[in-house]
Amino acid sequence: MAQAKAKYLTLEEGFFAAFLIVIAFACLIIAGKTYDQVMAFHTSLGALFAAVGAFIIFKNYFNDGGIEIPQEIDGKPNYNLGPIKFAAWAAMLWGVAGFTVGLIVALQLAYPVLNLDLPWTSFGRLRPLHTSAVIFAFGGNVLLGTSFYVVQRTSRARMPGRIAPWFVILGYNAFIVIAGTGYLLGATQSKEYAEPEWYADLWLTIVWVSYLLLFLGTIWKRKEPHIYVANWFYLAFIITIAMLHIVNNLTIPVTIYGTKSYILWSGVQDAMVQWWYGHNAVGFFLTAGFLAIMYYFVPKRAERPVYSYRLSIVHFWALIFLYIWAGPHHLHYTALPQWASTLGATFSIILWMPSWGGMINGLMTLSGAWDKLRTDPVLRMMVVSIAFYGMSTFEGPLMSLRSVNSLSHYTDWTIGHVHSGALGWVGYISFGALYCLVPWLWNKKQVYSLKLVNWHFWISTIGIVLYICAMWVSGIMQGLMWRAYDKLGFLEYSFIETVEAMHPFYVIRAMGGALFVAGALIMVYNLWMTVRHGEAEEATAIETGAMAPAQ
Amino acid sequence: MNEAYTSVASFAQTWGLAYFVLLFAGVLVYALWPKNRSRFEDAAQIPLRED
Repeated sequence: MAQAKAKYLTLEEGFFAAFLIVIAFACLIIAGKTYDQVMAFHTSLGALFAAVGAFIIFKNYFNDGGIEIPQEIDGKPNYNLGPIKFAAWAAMLWGVAGFTVGLIVALQLAYPVLNLDLPWTSFGRLRPLHTSAVIFAFGGNVLLGTSFYVVQRTSRARMPGRIAPWFVILGYNAFIVIAGTGYLLGATQSKEYAEPEWYADLWLTIVWVSYLLLFLGTIWKRKEPHIYVANWFYLAFIITIAMLHIVNNLTIPVTIYGTKSYILWSGVQDAMVQWWYGHNAVGFFLTAGFLAIMYYFVPKRAERPVYSYRLSIVHFWALIFLYIWAGPHHLHYTALPQWASTLGATFSIILWMPSWGGMINGLMTLSGAWDKLRTDPVLRMMVVSIAFYGMSTFEGPLMSLRSVNSLSHYTDWTIGHVHSGALGWVGYISFGALYCLVPWLWNKKQVYSLKLVNWHFWISTIGIVLYICAMWVSGIMQGLMWRAYDKLGFLEYSFIETVEAMHPFYVIRAMGGALFVAGALIMVYNLWMTVRHGEAEEATAIETGAMAPAQ
Repeated sequence: MNEAYTSVASFAQTWGLAYFVLLFAGVLVYALWPKNRSRFEDAAQIPLRED
C-alpha cells in the first residue's frame, strides 16, 4: 500500500506506549527496593512484559505505522481476527495445563506421597493453580476470544482500536502468568477463586475496564440496529465481573514493596462478600459468559435461529435479576444470620426457572434438525454441554437447601457438582466453540478430522461420568460417615477412617481426569492440524484484510 | 446508628422489591408485546445472516 506514513504515533499508540513505559519503570523501582522475593520476581516480570509491549508498539509504528486499517473491504466489514487467534491458542495451552494440574492434584489426594514434600508442589498451592488455570486462563481466553468474534460479527463492524484489543488479550494473559506463578511461590490472599494478591488485582482491573470499553465501543460502532442477545450476556458478564472483582479485592497492601495485603472487610462481612463474589463468579463468568457462546455458536452450527428469541430476553433478565442474590447459600450454619442464608437458598431455587428456560431454549434450537446430532460430533458436544448445564443447575439449588447442605457441605459431593458444571457445561461448550472458531478464523472448510472430534467426545464423556459418579458416592458416603453415631452417642468413625474409605473413589476420579486430559490433547492435535493442513475455504477478501495489526 | 440502619434497610427492602418487580414486569411486557414479534424474529436471524 502506497499510503504516506503519518509523522506521529496515533493518540492510542502514544497513550499505550507511555502507559507501558511508566509501568515498566514503576516495576523496576519496586523490584530494586523490595525485600520480598516474590515481589522482586513479579515486578521484574512486569517490567519485562511492559517493556516488550512498548517496544512492539514502536517497532510496529516504524514498520507500518500510520497506514490506516480499512474498516471495510469490498463492502464487507474488515474484522479484527489476530487477537482472537491468539486467545484461541492461549485457551488450548492453558486448558491442557490446567486439566493436567487437576489430574496431578487428584492423584495427590489418592497418593499423598505425590506432594513430594516440597512447598511448591504441595496440594495447597497446586489446587488454586488448577482452579484458576481452568476457570480464568482456559475459560477466560475462550470468553475473550469468542466475545471479540461474536460482537464484531453480530454488529457487522470492526472493533475500535489497534493496540487496545492486543492490550486486553496480552494483558489478561500476563495477569494469568503473574497469578499462577504467585500461587506456586506462596503469594495468596486465601480467598477462593480470588487468590491473586493486590498488585495482580490492580493490573486485572485496568485490563478488564479496557475490555469493557472495547466491547462497548464495538457495539457503539455497530451497523446492525438490534444488539443480538449473545452480546447482552457478554456485557452482563463483563460488567458484573468488574464489580465483583473490585469489591472482593478492596485490600490495603502492607507496603507497596511487598506482596502481602489485608482486606477492608472483616469477619462475617468478609465471608459474605467473598461468597457474593464466589457464587457470582459461577453465575456471571461460568454461566452468563458461556450462555453467550451458546446463543451464538449453537444456532450457527445448527444453521437454525434460536428456538425463541423472546424466551432468550426473559432468560437473560431473569438470570441477571436472580443470580446476584444466591451467594449466601455457601454460608449455611455459619456466623451469617440464618435469614440471609435462607434468602440465598430461596433465590437458588427460583433460579431453576431461568436455568431450565435457557436450557430448553438451547436444546430446542435443534428442533427439526435433530439428525445433525448423529452426523456432527461438534454439535453433539454442544448439546451434551447444555444437558450438563441443565443437570448441574438442577443439582445446585438442591444442594443449597439447608437440610441437603448439612449432608453435602465440605464433602466431595460439592467437588462432583462443580465438575459436572465445569467439565460438562463450560468445558464442552468451549470445546464446541473452539471446533467452530478455529476453522472460521483460519478460513478452513471444516476441522481437520471429525472422527477425532468423535473420539474426543466419547473419551471425555466417559471421563466426566467416572469423575462425577465417583464424587457422588464418595461425597455422600463421607457426609454419612461424619454424622454416624453409635448407640452410646459417640461418633462412629474417626476422620482418618473416612479418608481411607474414600481412597478407591479418588483413584476412579483420577482415571476420569486422565481421560479428560487425553480428550483435550486430541482436540489440540486436531485443531493444530486444522490450521496447518485443513482444506481451505475459497479465498475471500475478509482473510487478506484480517491480518493482525500489531505483532 | 441502629435506628438509621433499620430505616435505611426497610426503605431499601420495600422499595427495592417494588422497583425490581416493576422493572421485571416491564421486561416481560417488552418481550411478549405482540407488535415486537416480527422484530425479534428478525433479530434471531442475525447470526445466520452474516456475509
